[in-house]
Amino acid sequence: MTLATHLPILPVVIPALAAPIILLVMRRRPKLGVAVAFASCLALLGCALTLMGWVSDGTVIAYALGDWPAPFGIVLVADRLAAMMLVLTAILALIALLHAVLTRADRKGWHFHALFQFQLMGLNGAFLTGDLFNLFVFFEVLLIASYGLMLHGQGPARLKAGVQYVVVNLVGSSLFLVALGILYSLTGTLNMADMGVRVAAIAPADQGLLRIAALLLVSVFALKAAVAPLHLWLARTYAVSTPAVAALFAIMTKVGVYSLIRVVPQVFGEDAGAAAWVPAPYLLPAAMVSAIIGFAGVFVARSLSEQAAYAVIGSTGTLLIAVAGWSAGSLGAGLYYLVHSTLAAAALFMVADVTARRRGAFGDNAVAGPAFAGRSGVALLFMAAAIATTGLPPLSGFIGKLLILNSVVALPNWGWAWGVILGTTFIGVVGFARTGSAVFWKSAACDIPAGPGTRADIAAPAIALGLLVALSAGAGWASAYADAAAAQVLDPAQSARAVLVEAAR
Amino acid sequence: MSYEFLLASAIGVLVAGGIFLALRARTFQVVLGLTLFSYAVNLFLFASGRLVMGRPPIWDKAVSEYADPLPQALVLTAIVITFGMTAFVVILALRSFLETGSDHVDGDTVSCDAQDGLANTCDDDGEEENP
Repeated sequence: MTLATHLPILPVVIPALAAPIILLVMRRRPKLGVAVAFASCLALLGCALTLMGWVSDGTVIAYALGDWPAPFGIVLVADRLAAMMLVLTAILALIALLHAVLTRADRKGWHFHALFQFQLMGLNGAFLTGDLFNLFVFFEVLLIASYGLMLHGQGPARLKAGVQYVVVNLVGSSLFLVALGILYSLTGTLNMADMGVRVAAIAPADQGLLRIAALLLVSVFALKAAVAPLHLWLARTYAVSTPAVAALFAIMTKVGVYSLIRVVPQVFGEDAGAAAWVPAPYLLPAAMVSAIIGFAGVFVARSLSEQAAYAVIGSTGTLLIAVAGWSAGSLGAGLYYLVHSTLAAAALFMVADVTARRRGAFGDNAVAGPAFAGRSGVALLFMAAAIATTGLPPLSGFIGKLLILNSVVALPNWGWAWGVILGTTFIGVVGFARTGSAVFWKSAACDIPAGPGTRADIAAPAIALGLLVALSAGAGWASAYADAAAAQVLDPAQSARAVLVEAAR
Repeated sequence: MSYEFLLASAIGVLVAGGIFLALRARTFQVVLGLTLFSYAVNLFLFASGRLVMGRPPIWDKAVSEYADPLPQALVLTAIVITFGMTAFVVILALRSFLETGSDHVDGDTVSCDAQDGLANTCDDDGEEENP
């Protein structure tokens, strides 16, 4: 057991140690606290990339916590999909942190950086864990931190949306526990790989119970992913959050999608009897409805941040259209689009913030305001972010949507999927053109507001868009990796072998 | 058999009351509803290890029938988490009431009479929560 074998636990441990250190030094030496936060994020990125290098050849690393053998102890499982999500989280965290520090959003309260690290701990843990109850615990960790981050900066609008957000998630957590209780009483295990093996042996009399548990679990994940009709909490929450926080939250809905992709093939796969592929009949219609609602929201939104929030719902819908096929091809296309849509949504939130900071009292409302300094530059950023979100060439959204369209042709309902994806793209383009022309083209005759005094706040959204350019330039490599990750996820026997046999040795 | 019936009906009553209260419009009632619901969930988790009476929770060669210790550990975790969450949501609801002047979950100010026809109790609530 060398030190390197402990790598899978580091993405959880690093932020867990960084957060209390930041809490201690922040009051006396704020600069040191910020430095620790950046160092932690960079270390996370390093760990995630190393882990990605290890698993890219198809190995599944199982890490037994406390060296307790697999079905009894808690295991962390790192495979291609988990490593990909870790890298995405670390990159997004660096960008969001940079934006928060540059716009001084982190100074509005004492505990921004500590909460940010706890949020990362919850996210990384949820991506790594191979145990269903542990998944619940990491969900709670990331939710508790997100409550604090969402309320960061205070104000009545945030508190109002915050109460709704917290109540909705508390109900979701309770349902999660009910589903876990039923599954444990049926299978006698909470380890995902072990449960996937044992679920085949459930007595015929208990099949109804199993189906109920599976549907409850899937609805909880759908609630986190903000799939229609469970999307109502998202728009208000994200639109009023501090923009840097909203940029980080772009990955929160993807946690729900990730859990669906992880749990359904592994536990409720072919052999699961009444619960085999349990979300299959409902997921495609729900995904199409949320894509339509999301981009309709983009069309009618009154401000840029509200538009970005609806774009998150729409892109999750588009992503789930691909996931709902449950085939290696469509899932791979979906995973490529997942990376793209997370970065694009974050860029959109940050561009909305950059715009709002330059327009004074007009904020990011979609009405004609005064001409402001650096308008053309910001307009260019907005255009790039809008192109990325709607999926026009040349950015990676186009490639992602093309891959999805290409992969769903093999599925029975491909006509509906094509119609919805192409139709929502059109609505989205018109919606972004409307707000863009209102904000950046027209100008009302009034005093030019004082700018933010610095142009550095453009940096973070520009980096996010640069990454999208890189994602389209490296699309061949990225989509090959995503396809391999999808194939690995859809072969649960491989990870079951790694978790139950090799880890026990 | 009666023990199972007692536990099942207790869970059922708690869930029914919790859901009814959680669907109300006032934050205080919603918080109470969530608390009841979480009690029901804790009992449910506890029951997921089967109801075994008078047996040790530790495995031993001499013991043939034992109580499952894992659900008890799960319930402990769930209790701690829900306790923290409830404390947080109480503070948040109070803070939201003080800042927005409304204790409605949708944040709108609706007159008490129009809400549930209990004008007197609403006035009392307002005085109690206002420090």
